[in-house]
Amino acid sequence: MNKEKTSQPVPSAGRKKNRIVELAGRLAALVAVYLFFVILTPVGKGFTSDANTQLMLQDIAVVAMAAIGMTIIIIAGGIDLSAGSVIALSMITTAYVLNLGPEGNKLVVQHPTLMPVLAVLAASGVAGAVGLLNGALVTCLRIVPFIITLGTMQMARGLAKLVAQEQNIYPPAEVQDLWIAKLLDPARTVFTFPFLPIAVWLVILAAILTALFLRYTRLGRHIFAIGSNEKTAVLCGVPVKYTKVMVYLIGGLFSGFAGILFFARLGSIGQPTEAIGYELFVIAAAVIGGASLLGGRGTILGTMIGALIITILRNGGVKMGWPQYTQEIVMGAVIILAVAIDNLRNRKRH
Amino acid sequence: MSSPEAAALLTMQGVQKRFGATYALKGVNLTVRAGEVHALIGENGAGKSTLMKTLSGAYTADAGEMTLEGKPYRPRHPLHARSLGVCMIYQELALAPHLSVMENILLGIEPTFGPLLNWPEIRSTSRRALDEVGLAEVAPETLVEDLSIAEQQLVEIARAVAVGCKLLVLDEPTSSLTQKDVRKLFALVHRLKDKGIAVIYISHALEEIEELCTRFTVMRDGETVGHGVVADVPVPQIIALMVGRAVEDLYPRSPRTVGEPIVEVRELAGAKFPRSASLTLRRGEVVGIAGLIGAGRTEMLRAIFGLDPQKSGEVRVGKNSAPASPGGRWNQGVGLVSEDRKSEGLAQNLSIADNLTLSKLHGLGPWRFVFPSRQHAACEPWITAFPIKCQSADQPVEDLSGGNQQKVAIARLLHHDCDVLLLDEPTRGIDVGSKAQIYAWIDRLALGDSSRHQPPKAVLVVSSYLPELLGICDRIAVMTRGVLGEARPVADWTEHSLMMAATGQDHLQSSA
Repeated sequence: MNKEKTSQPVPSAGRKKNRIVELAGRLAALVAVYLFFVILTPVGKGFTSDANTQLMLQDIAVVAMAAIGMTIIIIAGGIDLSAGSVIALSMITTAYVLNLGPEGNKLVVQHPTLMPVLAVLAASGVAGAVGLLNGALVTCLRIVPFIITLGTMQMARGLAKLVAQEQNIYPPAEVQDLWIAKLLDPARTVFTFPFLPIAVWLVILAAILTALFLRYTRLGRHIFAIGSNEKTAVLCGVPVKYTKVMVYLIGGLFSGFAGILFFARLGSIGQPTEAIGYELFVIAAAVIGGASLLGGRGTILGTMIGALIITILRNGGVKMGWPQYTQEIVMGAVIILAVAIDNLRNRKRH
Repeated sequence: MSSPEAAALLTMQGVQKRFGATYALKGVNLTVRAGEVHALIGENGAGKSTLMKTLSGAYTADAGEMTLEGKPYRPRHPLHARSLGVCMIYQELALAPHLSVMENILLGIEPTFGPLLNWPEIRSTSRRALDEVGLAEVAPETLVEDLSIAEQQLVEIARAVAVGCKLLVLDEPTSSLTQKDVRKLFALVHRLKDKGIAVIYISHALEEIEELCTRFTVMRDGETVGHGVVADVPVPQIIALMVGRAVEDLYPRSPRTVGEPIVEVRELAGAKFPRSASLTLRRGEVVGIAGLIGAGRTEMLRAIFGLDPQKSGEVRVGKNSAPASPGGRWNQGVGLVSEDRKSEGLAQNLSIADNLTLSKLHGLGPWRFVFPSRQHAACEPWITAFPIKCQSADQPVEDLSGGNQQKVAIARLLHHDCDVLLLDEPTRGIDVGSKAQIYAWIDRLALGDSSRHQPPKAVLVVSSYLPELLGICDRIAVMTRGVLGEARPVADWTEHSLMMAATGQDHLQSSA
């Protein structure tokens, strides 16, 4: 018989250690995915080239921005399938506002300070409105969010096409010189201010603020409570409807911000048929980051790592010259693998 | 080990099970004979469930020997154990609600013609099994979701009978049954015993064990610490074995001073139940609500608390007489502990700190902020005072034993500093040690503490366990089919008269 080892873990150190191990695991996965492509991509393809790194940073900014909102929704036990459509709608709204006025005499040319601000406000407003609608429908109709947002996904897409008259919107060339078009412009080098594209900094700022919001505010704790067990939340007097509406509103806003970045990403044009299926990347980023679709579990930091992994996979797949179908198969496998590993670890703990 | 009248059917010798560095089972010795009902007793967390999962093949033992009918017994998985004649009936029933009774009974072992299901045989086999467990009136085609909980439990036993089970394990089988169904179950257990089936019976209710079981084994901290013949060992001695010390007085009752009325319920009616409830609750008293399961006691608490709509009548809390939401009730100083801590009372994957402070996050930071450090600081006094056995306030509630979970649910009301505590089955399915601590707290709260400016609180307890109500309450009222009777002093009641009133046979009370 072996010697008994009944040493209890030191109070709370065990859990903190667990969290660090989990984070380390995700970071290791990120590094592994990156190294995989660094080593295997043919040299001439330039996976590690500056240009490609900048390209990846641009994609990451869009996915990560939307994924922050999605994480909040998933933690609250919901889902938002309309994210991709809202990104498109926000992008179209931005382009539309910047294209107002008669041909050759666009408003944006006359008011280069005001119009971009209006565009951002309009895009956020429209995206927030879709989020609000999602929240109101989920709470009032008592239909599962999957169905509600499946519906609003179609509606938002239709609205984007309506606003754009089923065409691409090309704002005047002067827009290219405005800050709104340069959100994703690379810094001159990684060593000169601001080191990274402005949008990446915005994402980092938003991520930090959201993480603090979730951990340190009453609304944040209520979101976890509702996702973990809605009945308990009701029992404890948590304003469940208000909280849910807020969650979808915030989620919509983040999709809206992502749409504005997408506008810059596409070179300052509005394409109503872009970002189709984007919600799946965004959900995948959150899930790879450890968020549970059952609710009550998820972290912003994890989601950020998830967004990095997703983007590197997509970009790396292209650079490897993989056909579309291989990319899709690999992406699917990675999502399942990530969740399976999480589950295994959780099971082991018990 | 072998005895002249009956050979050992199952033996376990030095069985150990480890999870990481923690031993769940440190060394278990158990002998069960054919045709006996063997009680397995122990507090929650003593290792009973782990032992039974090891027995049923859900876990594999790390060390030790098991034999079944004299042959080495090493179940690889639950279905394997079942095919060897060892069947488990868990507390949470494991039936597929949308399938028929017969599909459930033969799930996983369906008889077939080649690739096709042999429906006639499925039907006849289930029919026989249902008859055997006393469900003669239930058709095999009935959907399980259309059956009552008691009937579903019998279907599970029929499932065991259908495979020719030799050893049946019943885990807390009576926790959700009415008195009448309990009698039916006991009669069935006796019939199974007479057929030579051995039954391992896990329960907290020692009266049940006295009535039903021949021998017992007590577990504590993952070890078997005693066994014997039930009739030869007095109950206090069994309890002492369970908790490892003598339990002085399970139901403490300090001399309380009854203060001003704080909750007045007038002719309250809900959507279906209660139909009519009137009650006055004063500071410094513990009032009990007895009644059968389904009589509308839980619904009354929920209507008072605003979880269910109020159809008519009035609930006055202090000066407020308007109907209120749960949030409003918390603000008025009323707190409720749900009867169902798993699916309603607690958010299982959140931490103790989050659960304990959820109803009152304000004051844990400036403005609308909540600081985790303050959350922890708010929990610490309750964790030490109750005490709640845990590693830290960061631990998810799902890691705790049932008793400790329940203490977290009650501590939420203490953190909120509620004046009125509505407790729905506060000690259901938890170990004796935790029960004693909860009773002591109820007493302490009703007494108040003038030195710390803690006025006496009012406690309303719904319970199906009559000795508990008689032990801790000042007054008891009985609910019968949605109508609440008069709350009378505890001295006026006996278990017998409470039961009579609950079953509606006490005509004196309804006319009074």
